[in-house]
Amino acid sequence: MSLLHLQGVGKKFNGLTAVSDFNLSMESGELVGLIGPNGAGKTTVFNLITGVHKPTEGRIVFKGEDITGLRPDLITRRGIARTFQNIRLFSKLTALENVLVANHLRLRSSPVEAVIRLGRYRSEEREMIGYSRSLLEAVGLAHVAGEQAGSLPYGQQRRLEIARALATRPSLLLLDEPAAGMNPVEAQELMDFIRQIRQEFDLTILLIEHHMRVVMGICERILVLDYGVTIAQGSPADIQKDQNVISAYLGVETDA
Amino acid sequence: MRRQGLKPPGAFVRLSEAYRQQPSRWGPLLTTVIILCLVSFIHWAGGHLNPYQVRILNLIGINIGLGLSLNLINGFTGQFCLGHAGFMAVGAYTATLLMMPPAVKQMNFFMVPLVAPLRQVELPFLAALLLGGLLSALMGVFIGAPVLRLRGDYLAIATLGFSEIIRIVITNIRSVTNGALGLKGIPAYTDLWWSWGFALLTLVVVSRLIHSSYGLAFKAIREDEIAAEAMGVGLFRHKMLAFTLGAFIAGVGGGFLASLLTTIDPNMFRFTLTFEILLIVVLGGMGSITGTVIAATIVTVLKEVLRGVEAPMDLGFVSLPGIPGMRMVIFSLLLIVVVLFYREGIMGRRELSWGRVLGTRDKTPDRGADT
Ligand SMILES: Nc1ncnc2c1ncn2[C@@H]1O[C@H](COP(=O)(O)OP(=O)(O)O)[C@@H](O)[C@H]1O
Ligand SMILES: [Mg+2]
Repeated sequence: MSLLHLQGVGKKFNGLTAVSDFNLSMESGELVGLIGPNGAGKTTVFNLITGVHKPTEGRIVFKGEDITGLRPDLITRRGIARTFQNIRLFSKLTALENVLVANHLRLRSSPVEAVIRLGRYRSEEREMIGYSRSLLEAVGLAHVAGEQAGSLPYGQQRRLEIARALATRPSLLLLDEPAAGMNPVEAQELMDFIRQIRQEFDLTILLIEHHMRVVMGICERILVLDYGVTIAQGSPADIQKDQNVISAYLGVETDA
Repeated sequence: MRRQGLKPPGAFVRLSEAYRQQPSRWGPLLTTVIILCLVSFIHWAGGHLNPYQVRILNLIGINIGLGLSLNLINGFTGQFCLGHAGFMAVGAYTATLLMMPPAVKQMNFFMVPLVAPLRQVELPFLAALLLGGLLSALMGVFIGAPVLRLRGDYLAIATLGFSEIIRIVITNIRSVTNGALGLKGIPAYTDLWWSWGFALLTLVVVSRLIHSSYGLAFKAIREDEIAAEAMGVGLFRHKMLAFTLGAFIAGVGGGFLASLLTTIDPNMFRFTLTFEILLIVVLGGMGSITGTVIAATIVTVLKEVLRGVEAPMDLGFVSLPGIPGMRMVIFSLLLIVVVLFYREGIMGRRELSWGRVLGTRDKTPDRGADT
């Protein structure tokens, strides 16, 4: 049984078809790339999976359960975490607090217990702080734990957003253009990093990239979207040869 | 079943221990000293200050509690609520009707008699206050349930409307509230112990909640609702928590105010009352507990000091008639100035902590959200 299954998923915004008849099955442990030119509907696919938008057609099944149209926080609870194309950190909170918030969904103590600071709450809090610090350590941000997230350099913010997503303990991680705005060297480092966390955290990853070259080296399988339509899918080698992709996509490739 | 979360390798555990903030050794001691000072001050003030000064101190205590409850909703959770006067009215009227002795009730309700079930009730102060707070919280649930599901600033409009509706309802159900005549002779239970106990308890509860994982969830909602929801924070549940707790505290505060002033009427709970508390929150800094405490003191004292500007003035060569509402004009101007030039208020989102005072604060605080 596949971990994630999208069946004939479509989304219209006031008549504009952003995504149509989108099908995808992901097995546990896979790393799949979703590419396509700007406005192709990639982010919309993420928003549909994570419940930000409700699909106008089709079904989304995760771990065997239908999650179509479920509330975003409940979908996150079931094990899907994401990052955003335009970084959405809690910029006035510290790096550590950003990661801590993502542990909150596992908190079992009630607000009353939290105010009285009963033993159970204290031990839960200790666990959350310890885990968050180890995550910051794992992404190489331990030294900026106390800094305001918004004041961190761009690359660190990207990493912090990934650490925050990991703190929800997802089985499926959705990364929306994590290498956007990076130079080729930084992008390559980031891809190595993604490969590493996938290993370490046993993740299944769906990765959006605008620039095709970045994903070629890291994904086993790639889907190509254009105007909301899946125009090709297959191994990186197949995609590079695909005539549809070359005309629709590579024509506008502007990789530096 | 696949792995659930990474097992932090040994090195991480020790590192994370090393990062844990050492709480200032002197913190608890200093806190105790401050509380002892406060207690002895209240004890002393009871015998040495005149009733007018005591009344102002009482108002400061009540306003600290009210300011903190509004800051919890507006400043920390980022939900703009303008209904505090309504919640206070619910609390004030409920508490009053429950604690007023039957004989006094009979004197008040000479036009329309009070409905039977309330006629004979006389509860202790604390019970009356808590029930007032609970009814206010219940009102919070009724308004919050539909409105807090929506995104945006609907809450401001809805709570403002609620507050006015409450006032009009109170004016009209004369057999319960005595209508526009108001209620007089409310038992004057509120003293410095009660008002400052209220301030201190509210301070402890709000500050502990804010510094807990729930408080972090509130702040995450304030910063970015979409990201908070994507991190598994249930928006409705957490907004509702902050909102109903705020409404509860406002209701209790209303009860204290009623017992301090010993008379209430519907006109007391106009929007200007909400405005005064909002001024405290904005002036002190949206999202700062310390700021609210300081601003509650300033605004309460200022309101008394400025009483003069509404009285007729005789400047020797010319005498000016009193201008009622002049204080509101000054407060409004003050709010405009703060919002335009000093948006952070007195404290911004910072807090005064012992570590900060003593200069021993760790550079990487564990939950130092307000640093
Ligand atoms: N919330 C929205 N409301 C209306 N139109 C939207 C919304 N989100 C995306 N779209 C439209 O859907 C199309 C696909 O957008 P998007 O998924 O962001 O593309 P990509 O991520 O591939 O660049 C675009 O035409 C965009 O304008
Ligand atoms: Mg996009």
